[in-house]
Amino acid sequence: MTLLLFAGLYMILRWVYPRDAEIAGACLRYILLGCAAFLVLSPFVWLVSSAFKDKDVLMQYSFLPPISEWSTRTINLDNFRTLLNGEDSVVGKVYFWEYVVNSLFLASAATSINLFFTSMGGYALSKYTFRGKKVIMAFMAGSMMFPGMLFLAPIYRMIFSFGWMDSYMALLVPGACSVFGMFLFRQSMVAVPDSLIEAARIDGASEFGIYYRIVMPLVRPMTGAFCLITFLGNWNNFIGPQIYLQTQSKLTLPVVLNQYIGVYTQQYGVFLAGTLLAIIPPAILFFALQREFVAGLSSGAVKG
Amino acid sequence: MNKTSRKMAAAPWCFLTPYIVLTSVFFIYPFLNAIWLAFHQTNGPRSAVFVGLSNFRFVLGDPDFYKAVKNTTIFAVVSVLIQLPLSLGLALLLNTGKSRVRNLFRLILFSPHLVGQIFVGILFSVIFTPRFGLFNRGLQSLVGWGLDERWLSSPGLVMPALIIVSLWMYVGFNMIYFLAALQNVDETLVEAARVDGANRFQVFWHITLPQIKPVAIFVVVMSTIGSYQLFELPYSLLGGFGPNNAGLTIVGYLYTNAFESGDLGTGAAIGWLLALIIFTVSSIQIKIVGTE
Repeated sequence: MTLLLFAGLYMILRWVYPRDAEIAGACLRYILLGCAAFLVLSPFVWLVSSAFKDKDVLMQYSFLPPISEWSTRTINLDNFRTLLNGEDSVVGKVYFWEYVVNSLFLASAATSINLFFTSMGGYALSKYTFRGKKVIMAFMAGSMMFPGMLFLAPIYRMIFSFGWMDSYMALLVPGACSVFGMFLFRQSMVAVPDSLIEAARIDGASEFGIYYRIVMPLVRPMTGAFCLITFLGNWNNFIGPQIYLQTQSKLTLPVVLNQYIGVYTQQYGVFLAGTLLAIIPPAILFFALQREFVAGLSSGAVKG
Repeated sequence: MNKTSRKMAAAPWCFLTPYIVLTSVFFIYPFLNAIWLAFHQTNGPRSAVFVGLSNFRFVLGDPDFYKAVKNTTIFAVVSVLIQLPLSLGLALLLNTGKSRVRNLFRLILFSPHLVGQIFVGILFSVIFTPRFGLFNRGLQSLVGWGLDERWLSSPGLVMPALIIVSLWMYVGFNMIYFLAALQNVDETLVEAARVDGANRFQVFWHITLPQIKPVAIFVVVMSTIGSYQLFELPYSLLGGFGPNNAGLTIVGYLYTNAFESGDLGTGAAIGWLLALIIFTVSSIQIKIVGTE
């Protein structure tokens, strides 16, 4: 039915622009894209408006109430107030901002460690020839074929025997070097001219100095893309914090907001306000790094 | 051997040390341990008793496992089949025209992918509210049906709801891959075909499509592998696995057995079965499209 609608629309456009099929086509293109953008964005708009609506009118309107109805009774910060007020737990009162800090800390720490280890590995595989390189790369490619879930139970036992239960070590250490990332870095570092590296070597630069001062600044776009991917992955990680962390004040946003569905059963606005707060940091990072991100993703797909 | 070349020989291994240490401790050892664990019964992380094949026997005799495999397969097949033409279609729409417009729409269409599955699940658990939810209202005003449908609590509607949400999350993401591939299509070939009198559809079918085929295969295989590991989205969207386990996936089944019942051995056995399923499915896919 929708297709018929668009076909009809196209006919009308052709009738309006009898000479110019190009213009009619372009109009239709923008209409279709506009519809897609509307469908994609409406949940976000709905989320923002729900977070600010009073619980009495939450279900009354699809988005915000009409302007004539605007008042502090319909639009206010009650949801945020309830959310930020804190809740009692075994370890005393825990505030929502603590979870935000936990999530920020974990995602940033994981990203920094990962960037360092992964880019070093990628550099070794891109600019050196050594015995065993092929074996390592084949091993890496093979290891990517196994689903991460296979390792969940054995790693859980290891974390337990290391005494890392309820500790951030459990979330930071096991994934501190990404195989996928090493391939990405290798791919962009191969393009760095060898002459540059040779020249630095003749000038007496150390091998680490060459990696850190010459090669890393040249692969800035890939670094941006990798940081964003890693930050998002850790920020949105649910299963790790869910199985390893126990103390309420150590939890991260995905785990806590999932709990809140059960806690605030009749106050959707509260956990929607929390969800809104939880998607702001990755959004900021994405807008800052989106150019690098798209470039990094595309090069990976086309050449890989 | 002089000093520089010895330094050169040692350098790559120094750079690779973090990877080698981490992969030995957190990949090779758990890999071997997963084999060992699959033949043991555990009750929590400490105890382990050898039970032979009985973990596999339990899983393969459990109707819930088959339900999970069925649900996950339906989800993977249907969502990938719908996603693919939508992503490619949007990429084609964006491929021509001004680059500023392209960047804006690419940004918009990609944005859902920033939101983690748990957050998306929370969001849509309210969007699907009967009578008041955004989806139900939108559907009612568009097609005149669906205001009172209980998407998340009637067994037959859970899977369609999951697929709809996954489309929202992944169509824009996959579009980026297609768009990148389309930008690399050889324009001279397209021009030549146009000059020879090929129409738009013929150009797309004979010139464009063969050139973006590698990326299409990449997208299909990666989406399928990703779909088979679905867990967080239904878990938060349905607050568990839904009515009559209609939203139970393979990883959900693994999670319940390993971490809610505390039987890590069964968890490892399910992990192996999952790996086997993913291997089989992706090698079949590569075989089908790779033969031409």
